[in-house]
Amino acid sequence: MELLIFYPIAGLCVALAFGVIFNTSPVGSAMCLIGMMLGLAGIFVLLQAHFMAILQIIIYAGAIMVLFMFVIMLLNLKQAASADWVAREKNRFISILTGVLAVGILYKIVDITFLADLNSPAELPDTFGTVATIGESLFTDFVLPFEVASLLLLAAMIGAVVLAKPKLD
Amino acid sequence: MFEGTVPLAHYLTLSAVLFVIGIVGVLVRRNVIVVFMSIEIMLNAVNISLIAFDHYLNLSNGQIFSFMVMCVAAAEVSVGLAIIIALHRNKPTVNLDEFNLLKW
Amino acid sequence: MLLKLTCLVPLFPLIGSIINGFFGLRIGKNAVGMIAAGSMALSFLTSILVYVGYLMLPEGQHVFEQVAWTWFGAGDFSVDFGFQVDPLTLVMMFVVTGVGFIIHVYAIGYMHEEYSFYRFFAYFNLFASAMLLLIMGNNFLLMFIGWEGVGCCSYFLIGYYFEKKSACDAGTKAFIVNRVGDFAFLLAVMYIFNIFGTIDFTEVMHAAPEKLIYAGEAVTIITLLLFIGATGKSAQIPLYTWLPDAMEGPTPVSALIHAATMVTAGVYMIVRCSVLFNLAPMTMMVVAGTGAATAIMAATIGMTQFDIKRVLAYSTVSQIGYMILACGVGAYTAAIFHLVTHAFFKACLFLGSGSVIHGIHGEQDMRKMGGLKNYMPVTYWTFLVSTLAIAGIPPLSGFFSKDEVLYHALMDGNIIFWGMGISAALLTAFYMFRLVFMTFHGESRVDPHIHPHESPKVMTMPLVILAGLATIGGILGIPLFHGWHILHNWLEPVLHFDLAHALEHSEHMLHEAGRHAPSWAHLLNPKEHNLWLEIFLMAFSACVAITGIIAAYIFYIKRPDLPEKFTKGQWGFELVQNKYGVDELYDETFVKPTVEVSHLLWKECDAKAIDGTVIGTAKTIGWLSKQARAFQSGFVRNYALFIAVGFISLLLIMF
Repeated sequence: MELLIFYPIAGLCVALAFGVIFNTSPVGSAMCLIGMMLGLAGIFVLLQAHFMAILQIIIYAGAIMVLFMFVIMLLNLKQAASADWVAREKNRFISILTGVLAVGILYKIVDITFLADLNSPAELPDTFGTVATIGESLFTDFVLPFEVASLLLLAAMIGAVVLAKPKLD
Repeated sequence: MFEGTVPLAHYLTLSAVLFVIGIVGVLVRRNVIVVFMSIEIMLNAVNISLIAFDHYLNLSNGQIFSFMVMCVAAAEVSVGLAIIIALHRNKPTVNLDEFNLLKW
Repeated sequence: MLLKLTCLVPLFPLIGSIINGFFGLRIGKNAVGMIAAGSMALSFLTSILVYVGYLMLPEGQHVFEQVAWTWFGAGDFSVDFGFQVDPLTLVMMFVVTGVGFIIHVYAIGYMHEEYSFYRFFAYFNLFASAMLLLIMGNNFLLMFIGWEGVGCCSYFLIGYYFEKKSACDAGTKAFIVNRVGDFAFLLAVMYIFNIFGTIDFTEVMHAAPEKLIYAGEAVTIITLLLFIGATGKSAQIPLYTWLPDAMEGPTPVSALIHAATMVTAGVYMIVRCSVLFNLAPMTMMVVAGTGAATAIMAATIGMTQFDIKRVLAYSTVSQIGYMILACGVGAYTAAIFHLVTHAFFKACLFLGSGSVIHGIHGEQDMRKMGGLKNYMPVTYWTFLVSTLAIAGIPPLSGFFSKDEVLYHALMDGNIIFWGMGISAALLTAFYMFRLVFMTFHGESRVDPHIHPHESPKVMTMPLVILAGLATIGGILGIPLFHGWHILHNWLEPVLHFDLAHALEHSEHMLHEAGRHAPSWAHLLNPKEHNLWLEIFLMAFSACVAITGIIAAYIFYIKRPDLPEKFTKGQWGFELVQNKYGVDELYDETFVKPTVEVSHLLWKECDAKAIDGTVIGTAKTIGWLSKQARAFQSGFVRNYALFIAVGFISLLLIMF
């Protein structure tokens, strides 16, 4: 049953990822990205990490992608005249290198992953992945990263406001 | 036929594939917004990997880490897009190749 | 003790040179002159004191050594900075300091108008100091320092008028030709050290009969190399070409250096190493032959020259040829005797010619002189006396010394040497009187604008003194009467050589080496002293001299048109006047190839290879930097690519 869910969703994610990078229009890329994130949320659910799945939808698909859309609309980006992922005008070598690189990385990582021996999951308690469990470890074991993360968000907010402000006269 | 669980390796493969797609997107696309989105793809791929390991090891560290990753991603996106807007004010383009003043 | 003053003798001129050199401009010409001449006078007085001290040495001790300090030592080898006083040294010391002092006084007058007055005297004193070091050193290395020192000062002084290119060239030529000789000398010293383990004179001369085989390869090589050094310094064939050009220097320089002292350093060296030369009969033959050949050749060239100083230069080469000839036949006393008398009359001749040049305001060509005896009487009479001396007219000093050389050339050498010597004597008389007649007698061919005048007292007094010495100098070596030869008796301890003893040792060494000793019995035959032959030879040489004078009289006073007739268009005359083309020959064979090689080395090796390497390195680095610059393209995507590449490499390396 799991298999039936996993493979299609995985395939959909990969296809949508391709859609992101191969799309001519930025809005199209954003749409594909949203779809991919929703797909990933589904996979998280499959992995019993419910909290993360919801967070994925709220933060990623909900906040970050909305921000992307805002900026795309703000900058009034049109559809690109031509596919701009074709080989750069100056350097075929770099594009070939990129291709080789991609294949190489993929091969290597996959090769490594298949060394992994963990095929059957451990027995997961019912509380695995629930808000309570994660909240508990977040506020006891990992309270420092939690607080630092809030500081980070504060800094990011200030930075974004300052950077995007028009020039003061 | 549809019995059995998904091996960990497959999740990791998915993570790897998405990561590579993200890298290719960064290297190939000229539109700076799309490059940003490719970076998001990469971050998501990492998230999958973290949570997959968590599932198979019955830990919660991975999920916490993934939580932090999302946090950082949010911060980074906001600041990055602010920078892009500031750049756009100086030069009304989003073509990455045209921002080449920092050269020799 | 008086002998302790020995080290002061070379020191006085050195101090004078330093004072004149550093402070000369500030203390004024009079002070400079007095310091220079005064230091020479002090050296002369000290030499007298040293002589007195030497006379007081106990019977049987003939050498006094004063070691100032140990200069350096390396393992077994150690060299002292020491002075040696023995009869030979004392003779040379008197000549150098005495004649040197007289010439210094003359130079004060002669150089009076020069701007760099002090520079001249600084070098002059430095030269005297180096020469004294040469003759007083107690080992070969110290002598070599003096040897090089006089060569160096000769270069400075010849090139004194350094604004003239010909003077600079002459100085360089003198130095380089000398260098060839010095190289041979140094090789000889090294070989001596190799065999003897020491380079101290007394030790080497003492051990020579025991270490060197008579007429063996070792001693022949050593003595040949020493002789080549002597030819360089004393201007013999083949290294004489520098001396005529050296006349570019001021006249006092020619007088002191190239007549009385430096050119006699070679003769002194041979006499000092007389023990070594006595052991090498083949070298002696070479030495005698070279001396005789030089004497004749230089005399022939002297006959054709018109520059008054050139004639005297060739005459110097010729007279030193006599001294070398005397050394070559074993008559070392005769060589030293002729050295001393030559110093007197040649210095007088040079100073006289300087007086003439000074009097007619710089003209040196004899064809533009004439009839000067009325204008310059003192110069004329002293010049005449010295010319009579050099021609060999009794009872002046030159007669005695030259006659002794010729007598020994016949007795100890062979008749060919005597023949060459007597021919050279004839030519000497001829061309010297040619010089006198052309310069002082006859019609005045002087430029009418120039009014000849006599030179000041400071210049004529030295002439008188030297002419007087040239007259009475013969006392040192009166022949015929046994025991009356002062110089011979005086130098006996130095030149004493026991041939029988040496031959015994040589036989012994050859037997030890398993070789057969040739029969040397004939060498030990005593030579008889043939009194009548000696008297006959004396008369003969006097007649030859008078013949030469009469010939010169005929050619230049009675019938002045004869020289033109004889020489016009004659290729022989042209050849001789061009000094036998030797200078051109040396130029083609040695100078031009060296210059070519130097140019080649400069253009190829230095400019292209070495400079190219250095500049090439810089250019390569520039090129590399240019390539590295390409990384900073400004394209963000390139940067991202490099990040990715780096990440992959890390991944690959770690896994």
